[in-house]
Amino acid sequence: MSAASLAHARHVLSGNPVTALAFGLFALLVGTAILGPALVPFDPIAAAGPALQPPSARHPFGTDAIGRDVFSRVIAATRLDLGMAFAAVAIVFACGTLTGAAAGFFGGWTDRIIGRLADTIMAFPLFVLAMGIVAALGNTVTNIVIATAVVNFPLYVRIARTEASTRRGAGYVEAARLSGYGEAHILFREILPNLLPIMMVQVSLTLGYAILNCAGLSFIGLGVRPPAPEWGIMVAEGASAIISGEWWIALFPGLALMIAVFTFNLLGDGLRDIVDPRRRT
Amino acid sequence: MNGAPLLEVAALQKRFPIGGGGLLARRAPGLLHAVEDVSFTLRAGETLGLVGESGCGKSTLARLLARLLDPSGGSIRLRGEEIGGVAAQRFGASPRRADIQMVFQDAEGSINPRHTAFEAIARPLRRLRGLAGPALHGKVTATAALCGLPAELLPRFPHQLSGGQKARVGIARAVATEPALLVLDEPTSALDVSVQVLILDLLKALQARTGAACIFVSHDLNVVRLLCDRVLVMYLGRVVEEGPAEDLFTAPAHPYTRALVGAVSVPGRPRAAERVRLAGEPRSPIDPDPNACRFHGRCPIGQDRCARAAPPVHALPGGRRVACHFPLTDGALAAA
Repeated sequence: MSAASLAHARHVLSGNPVTALAFGLFALLVGTAILGPALVPFDPIAAAGPALQPPSARHPFGTDAIGRDVFSRVIAATRLDLGMAFAAVAIVFACGTLTGAAAGFFGGWTDRIIGRLADTIMAFPLFVLAMGIVAALGNTVTNIVIATAVVNFPLYVRIARTEASTRRGAGYVEAARLSGYGEAHILFREILPNLLPIMMVQVSLTLGYAILNCAGLSFIGLGVRPPAPEWGIMVAEGASAIISGEWWIALFPGLALMIAVFTFNLLGDGLRDIVDPRRRT
Repeated sequence: MNGAPLLEVAALQKRFPIGGGGLLARRAPGLLHAVEDVSFTLRAGETLGLVGESGCGKSTLARLLARLLDPSGGSIRLRGEEIGGVAAQRFGASPRRADIQMVFQDAEGSINPRHTAFEAIARPLRRLRGLAGPALHGKVTATAALCGLPAELLPRFPHQLSGGQKARVGIARAVATEPALLVLDEPTSALDVSVQVLILDLLKALQARTGAACIFVSHDLNVVRLLCDRVLVMYLGRVVEEGPAEDLFTAPAHPYTRALVGAVSVPGRPRAAERVRLAGEPRSPIDPDPNACRFHGRCPIGQDRCARAAPPVHALPGGRRVACHFPLTDGALAAA
């Protein structure tokens, strides 16, 4: 199976250069997150030269209002931004998939309670809800992660619920009952493994949104505190300088943010092609 | 084992609530009478055919007997032990679980796409017979061989198997625990005719070998005639006629059976003579009138009495039973 999957993945990638590009960019982002802070030429939280220098050979992205190297800060911020997004998506993937699958599989009251909970979350403008959660729980990185996980929860619940409910009457579920297996065993061993490929696509599609959400919260001053390098804060710090002509302070972190979101969206589309059973022969 | 029946079903009933429900329902939901007052007995080694048109409750009855559904009333006794009262969810833990197994219509959908053929056959053995390691491997391989599956197909996933091979996996899984009762829900309807023949031969050989009693649900009357000792004909959840397969097909006593049998094409037989065409659709199975024959309105020989009283069950010679006010006994058949 795994050999066949790999061969299939290779086949899809060779026929789809955009997906190959997305995988390449993803590897670059992850590599930057892991190694970046060790490789940057300047300390991202200390002044490295005169303030407000335009891009040059020494400072490729220029320097900011207190003389820090923007290039070093953009690279160093990758770890925090990706880390927050990955943590949030990991939490919502585990909780949302499990509760959604239980709702779809068991139906009845389980479904009603979980469904209403998801509907209640959906009833708020999601970014405002995330702001409210961070404001109420406290201004920390952990709470940004929790807020981002909460606002994504209904999406995971709905997808897992639909997929599980189409499988609850499947022949293999009845066959498992005939084999004497209990309902919990069937949910975990028969249903969930069949949901995982679909949920993995969702993971990479929501990673982009999670990065935007985390950066957005930081942009409005919630969560990450300066001087920590983070793309949202850096855009916020540079926004006021655009009018006076120092465009580079906001542009480069903004571009980094855009590339990250773009990568995850492309990756999601590509993963969908790979796991879509209708394309399998 | 002879003498005492293996399976005794009495007044079995299944009603599904439809519509309504929910928190704010004002009126009681309607009831869909899927299976109503079904009684029969089955001896070890016997094959019972279950025929009827789509929606007549054959599959519901099969699922009730396989204990995947809970009956709304009546009793199911296996070797004299009442098993109808055990909730389907807890029946999995019952020692009787291994005695009743089922083969599904859709062989493809009945195998988890993430399981190999080996795993599919091994699961009931692991759980119900407690086998593991070499003993499990040996039993799975032997059962697969019995069902015509060579060992090299066992590591394959369902999408790597042909339709006939998947059907064989489904059958191997069902017979692996050596059940006393095997419920077959249209096991060949999704297969090519050439493969159907092979699977039917396999089923016959397996039954001769294991001595399991079979309940064979099918649309295909020719297959039922070939495979079954006795036949139950169902119409809208009720048994309208029961009897030995050969007698029932040569001289049907219920007008519905006669229409069914007449619709079967037999090579060399001019069909127009015996053919009865049924007009219209079956009545609704939701809250049906208890004081009317369910076939009334479509029945070619129906009269006023059929709309006012449910038909009584007549016993005919040869162990046959028919539920009709005007059964087509031999005289009636000749006159018609």
